[in-house]
Amino acid sequence: MTTTSVSKGCFVFKPSAKKKKKTLSLEDHFTNGCEGADNSEIRFKLCQDLWHKIRADTEVLQDELNRKILDSLLDFTRKCSSTRQHSDWASQMRASEIPTAALVLGVNVPDHDMTFQSLSELLQQSVTPHVASVQAKECGALKHLMKRVLERLMDTVVTVDDEEEEETEQTSTQLHKSVHCSLSTLCDWYNAKTMKSKTGTPGKKRSSPVRDDPQQPPVVIIFKDLEAFNPKVLQDFILICSRYVERLPLMFIFGIATSPSTIQHMLPHSVSSLLCIELFQSLSCTQHLATVIDKLILTPQFPFKLNGKVMQVLMSIFLYHDFSVRNFIKGVQLALLEHFHSQPLSVLCCKKKEALLNVMQLSHHDLESIRHLLSFRRYVEKQEPQEQLNLFRDDTHLKEVCQKLIKDLRKYHKNYYPVLRCLHTLTSSLPRYPLGKQVRELHLICLEKNVWENEDYQTAMKLLKMLAKDELIASLQRCVEILQPVKSKKMKKALVELEELLAKFKQLDTVAAETLPCVEDCITSPVKNLQKKTDLFQLQKTLLEMNESRRAKKLSPFEVLRNEALEFIDGLVKSHLSPPESQTLNEVCYYSSSATVRRHLNATPRTSIQAALSSPYYYLQNESLKTEDGTVSNAAPDICIAYKLHLECGRLINLYDWLEAYATVVSAAEGNNPDSDNVRKVEEVKHARFIQAVSELEFLGFIKSTKQKTDHVARLTWGGC
Amino acid sequence: MSRAKLAKVMSVLEVKFIGDGDALEHIVDKQEGVQSNSGSVQKMVTFKSPAGRRARADAEHDGDENGLLDEQNYIQALGTEEDEEGMSRVAGSSIFTFQKVKRGHSMAQTASELARTPGKNVTFSTTPNVEPSTPTRTGNNHRGESRTPQRKKKVQFVSTTPHRLRKRLTTPSIRSDSDSELSPSDSGEEEDEDGVEEQQTFKKEDKENSKTPRTPSKGLSAALYKTPAKKSKSTPDQPSMVEEYFEAHGSSKVLTSDRTLERLHTPKLDRETLVQLLEGKPSCYSEEIQQLHNKHRKHFSKWMLQLQLGFSVLVYGLGSKKALLEDFRVSQLGQEIHLVVNGFFPSITLKSILNALTCEALEHQGSFRTPSDQIQYISQTLKDSPDLHVYLLIHNIDGLMLRGEKTQSALGQLASLPNLHLVASLDHINAPLVWDQFQQSQFNWLWWECVTFQHYAEETSYENSLLVQQTGALALSSLTHVLRSLTPNARGIFQLLVKFQLENKDNPSYTGLSFQDFYQRCREAFLVNSDLTLRTQLTEFRDHKLIRTRKGADGVEYLMVAVDASTLMDFLENEEGD
Repeated sequence: MTTTSVSKGCFVFKPSAKKKKKTLSLEDHFTNGCEGADNSEIRFKLCQDLWHKIRADTEVLQDELNRKILDSLLDFTRKCSSTRQHSDWASQMRASEIPTAALVLGVNVPDHDMTFQSLSELLQQSVTPHVASVQAKECGALKHLMKRVLERLMDTVVTVDDEEEEETEQTSTQLHKSVHCSLSTLCDWYNAKTMKSKTGTPGKKRSSPVRDDPQQPPVVIIFKDLEAFNPKVLQDFILICSRYVERLPLMFIFGIATSPSTIQHMLPHSVSSLLCIELFQSLSCTQHLATVIDKLILTPQFPFKLNGKVMQVLMSIFLYHDFSVRNFIKGVQLALLEHFHSQPLSVLCCKKKEALLNVMQLSHHDLESIRHLLSFRRYVEKQEPQEQLNLFRDDTHLKEVCQKLIKDLRKYHKNYYPVLRCLHTLTSSLPRYPLGKQVRELHLICLEKNVWENEDYQTAMKLLKMLAKDELIASLQRCVEILQPVKSKKMKKALVELEELLAKFKQLDTVAAETLPCVEDCITSPVKNLQKKTDLFQLQKTLLEMNESRRAKKLSPFEVLRNEALEFIDGLVKSHLSPPESQTLNEVCYYSSSATVRRHLNATPRTSIQAALSSPYYYLQNESLKTEDGTVSNAAPDICIAYKLHLECGRLINLYDWLEAYATVVSAAEGNNPDSDNVRKVEEVKHARFIQAVSELEFLGFIKSTKQKTDHVARLTWGGC
Repeated sequence: MSRAKLAKVMSVLEVKFIGDGDALEHIVDKQEGVQSNSGSVQKMVTFKSPAGRRARADAEHDGDENGLLDEQNYIQALGTEEDEEGMSRVAGSSIFTFQKVKRGHSMAQTASELARTPGKNVTFSTTPNVEPSTPTRTGNNHRGESRTPQRKKKVQFVSTTPHRLRKRLTTPSIRSDSDSELSPSDSGEEEDEDGVEEQQTFKKEDKENSKTPRTPSKGLSAALYKTPAKKSKSTPDQPSMVEEYFEAHGSSKVLTSDRTLERLHTPKLDRETLVQLLEGKPSCYSEEIQQLHNKHRKHFSKWMLQLQLGFSVLVYGLGSKKALLEDFRVSQLGQEIHLVVNGFFPSITLKSILNALTCEALEHQGSFRTPSDQIQYISQTLKDSPDLHVYLLIHNIDGLMLRGEKTQSALGQLASLPNLHLVASLDHINAPLVWDQFQQSQFNWLWWECVTFQHYAEETSYENSLLVQQTGALALSSLTHVLRSLTPNARGIFQLLVKFQLENKDNPSYTGLSFQDFYQRCREAFLVNSDLTLRTQLTEFRDHKLIRTRKGADGVEYLMVAVDASTLMDFLENEEGD
């Protein structure tokens, strides 16, 4: 059976039940194409485990982050349902309005789904069993919106719909009436439901433990994407609902991507006055990402790491394209998969115990590939000649060394992240943020090269040396907090030293109180000179002198201590923040092919097409296509030649001219003397090839046919050669 | 992770809302960071082609330096690794350039440049008489004539642009010229107003210049485009990049030659001859194309892996990818339920795709009221049986009929189902614009570049190309079929209209037969007895798209048969033959 037909565009294939073999599993697909197949099973398992863990962690994180806003939303719903039961005049008035929560979620639309998912789950758990969420795309007309809402609330699918449909089919004017009808069915249903729960039928599942049970749990309708709704539909729906609000405790939640003023744009005053709107603002996506990075990337907990360039690509996609945390995670997933798929040594990218075990099970082939690793060769070069020989000859010795190296790598990570955070706490509050506002920026800098050689680092250090005491102490205090939970010898030592320093700072207070007058004296003396009348020149001079005297002056005890503290920090940075590339065996944990990630996530199809058209040699390695930069060989495929020629034209292209030009090129390529007579008339084959090339260009969207002039086509792209 | 620990970290973390403005600031910060630490990447952004350089100069002109900077950083940030792969691909700047005024002969010229193999001179094969369509301005014409490749043009432009402008046009363009040519014009251009004499002196210089720096194509272009008489009129507007830009956008007139395909010996080929001719042609580079294909084949199992992990695979790149995907289907999906959709098929609809899914793949009897119901049914069925995997293979998901927002969002909904796996191909250069962020995340694409260089034979076979003779066989057979099912009277009515149209086929101002007139004729032929009968009949024709009605200037309805004359002749012959 072919998939080519002039009468049909869809073809279904089903495997015949008889000769059904076992289909390949996920693991087989992993093994089939990957490098170094012998340990692929372990790698596949590691990869899957890591991914599941990452996913679970991000979900937990998401919930944690949303907790606050969801909690306030839940409070809101509870409050709404409780005010109904009061009978004073104000709440009576209030009761005629539909309580509405406007939830501003930000432009990162792909992430919203997760938020709504957890929101509706939480609502169902703790406030009300009656939650329905609708999307704009399913609700083109009021009828559909109504139908979805009823379906989701009542869990019955067809019955409501059929009645409604029959009535509406009769006359279109009856539409309103039928909808009316169906909302009252909802009322009836609701009454029946609440009555039942009052009498307390034990067999009922859906009204799961409702804590501060109002006898009338509200009916919550979530509009996931308010902006996309047809305003007319929404208005009608709200109007209808407001009629029923006394009988039915309705409540809305609007999901808004842009700004709260959308509500005013979409709903006229007459409608929006029926709503009692309260605004909720969700966490911003950058904040969200920062947390995710904090938990997933800046932790020694996950053995899998991204190198600087990959991080850079993922960050750029986030910042320049979608602000979507979900897509960021997707990028991490892709990198994870690619790493385990393409790097045979990734078998060592796991927890310490497993890694040490796996080292012992490495095959000779794997060990050879370790010997070829760039970082490992650097390591070997530093060793004694005898040791070098051993490393290259003796497999068991190599395994032992590898175990040691793996341990070293783990230690490196254990120290790297706390020190990174310490440095960040110190520098993140400096003016102009020389090392970035976010910890991820600092991380990127550190991944790239030695951070202490960076100019920005120098400026940051200079600025730190000017820090006031209380600020310095506060940030050092935070550093202590960061270092406290770390279980690593070096960090513990650092912690002790830091605490000593802090103690000294505090002592300084008491000491300083005694010596203060003297210090004050020496500083104020030149200032006193200034108090008499002076001209600008004099002032400048004295200031300069002051400056010099100050420089020459012996540092105050605080300054000495400050310098000591900063040298300590500097020492920490220098010993622990070296880039991962400098670590031996970093290839095991770090995924480095940023090009792959970028090509799969952020592809540029048009660039690819145009590159193929203008330099076919890159793809078709045939010598006859090789040309200097920027030109196309005349032996290139037809479409390339036609494309190159069309670049020379303006908005309209004369087909005849184009054909002529094309024929000239092609006949030259065929080696005919272009001047001779027989070329003058275009051969049929060339004509046909030209037609094909042109229709291919049309298919790709470079040109289209036009009726502006006979035998012309219009160009759809700008520019040219 | 324990709750307590998490809470602790949370407490360290400052959570605050960041407004759009802050976010923007933050991004700008970021860029500066990028710029300073990735010096090694800088060279990626240098614009290679002269066009690019000029575009850049132009951008600076507009005072849009910020935008340019952004663009650079952007390219840096996202394109960091191009050189890592050792490939020099087209930079964005050379793809998205400004529109320029194009001269009539540039195509011919490029053609002869392309045709010229080293050491062999080629003249363009058209007759040398230049026949531009009537020029709107004489200046245009001059430049059309004297266009030699870039170099000379730039010299001209330097000599007469106002000082101000020239200064702003940054160095690259100047650098490419020799300094000596610069100096004389420099002295003159302060007083632009007393033009005439000076312009004449420039003229001389121009001519001298034009002799000296000629590129190898000199002989050819001189032979082709020499019309010195017009040259003297020309000077005031010399093409600088800015002027070119505004000129290109200023008028809607496009100058192209008036030659038509009628001049060919075989003006139009029909589809069959075309296919025949193409089959006879030996395909070039078939070996390399096969190599490309094999290279892509190696990734099949990776595709399967990614598909099963919840991604969708999207292949793009020049060349038809139908064969590749077909290969994938045969080699990998033999044991799975799968569905192939030809997106380029001109009458594919969402409904047919969904019906194929529900009726054939999921074996559901019965129909659905709306597509969204159908999708809901599909998602429910797939959710209920998690072991059931359905693969959906769409050739050209950007096909003409699938481009609609509704179709794409429906496909996106399908793609987001965990056990429905989607593989698709994409060809149109602007195709990614079809999806918004939300849809993209629903599709969860992984992009694969698969350049195949195979001809789009099947994809373009449905298209009505300008160059292909329409045989009208299809129109004829549909006409006959519809007419067969009508009453003799109705057939008579239709024939009457056809005959009248054929009588008037040489009349260019014929707008159709007016209803009253038609009614009269029909009565005379005893075909109808009231104008109501005629109207009912016409409605039926209209429903079958046999006729078109148009309101004339006087408010009277005019009727036309929407088929071309030759087909109508064939039709009449057939009818009389029966």
